[in-house]
Amino acid sequence: MTKITDREATVRVHLNGKERDIPDDLTVGGVLHFLELDPRLVVVEHNREILDRARFDAVKVGEGDRLELVHFVGGG
Amino acid sequence: MTTTVASAAEDTLTIGGRDFRSRLMVGTGKYPDNETMIRAIEASGAEMVTVAVRRIDLDREKEEGILHHLSPDRYFLLANTAGCYTADEAIRYARLARAAGFNEWLKLEVIGDEKTLLPDTAATLEAARVLVKEGFKIMAYTNDDLIMALRLEDAGCVSVMPLASPIGSGLGLVNPYYIREIKARCEVPIIVDAGVGTASDACLTMEQGVDGVLMNTAIAAAEDPVAMAEAMRLSIRAGRLAWRAGRMEKREVAVPSSPVRGLLD
Repeated sequence: MTKITDREATVRVHLNGKERDIPDDLTVGGVLHFLELDPRLVVVEHNREILDRARFDAVKVGEGDRLELVHFVGGG
Repeated sequence: MTTTVASAAEDTLTIGGRDFRSRLMVGTGKYPDNETMIRAIEASGAEMVTVAVRRIDLDREKEEGILHHLSPDRYFLLANTAGCYTADEAIRYARLARAAGFNEWLKLEVIGDEKTLLPDTAATLEAARVLVKEGFKIMAYTNDDLIMALRLEDAGCVSVMPLASPIGSGLGLVNPYYIREIKARCEVPIIVDAGVGTASDACLTMEQGVDGVLMNTAIAAAEDPVAMAEAMRLSIRAGRLAWRAGRMEKREVAVPSSPVRGLLD
């Protein structure tokens, strides 16, 4: 299901509620790196399943996957 | 028995097997800036601080989570489920919060109405039952309703947190009688959460004998949040001491403080 573009292979994923093209063949850890996010401060839900941090670099992200990247913000 | 100020210093609050010296818990939302937030939290003396779970905004230039400012080594983080309107949503947020890896504690709140932000206590109880089974230590935000407080305690919550008045309202303690009754009948610590507007509200709440107060807007939305945080620290302590001291009885007639004998003719 990989979609090939002119320059780089990308996949379209549902990322934090929006459709977004990201490089193909990335792991979850790779996606965080691509987005310049510190993996220690991010909690990832991959296709509605919470992903253990230890598995970030093992789980591949594919076309149509749903990713929710959350963190702690100020709140009462 | 005489209670001294010194002994009050050892008046430890234990929730879910964990000891706290401060009976003031504070939120981290709505501050004008992060520096003010940090200084206010320091001035409040709080050890437990609440945080919310939200999507990272990927379109912003530099979105920084609160942990860039607030050290999880220094403060005990209590994640909340603010913004959740169903038990399922709250459970999802709870699991996400725990996956952050700090602790298994949660301030459970399920809101039932957008205008008043009053809790959906049926949904809160439903979520609490599920999460307690999963090993969460639940501090449950609820109404000033004795029956629901007892149900939440039965469900295994480590603390019940009835409101003083609606979230962010600053209306103060609207129902001291119900709060006292909840405190009298529950065994778990009672932390009054939401509605406190100023220092006298916090003091009056502690004078009901509850175990602590959790607040956010009263400090964050004050003109000078750092000064208000200090005021809250003192008022929580004053209220606690006053309650332990045991207040005099109210009388509807005056009783002179000075001797009535020995007055000149």
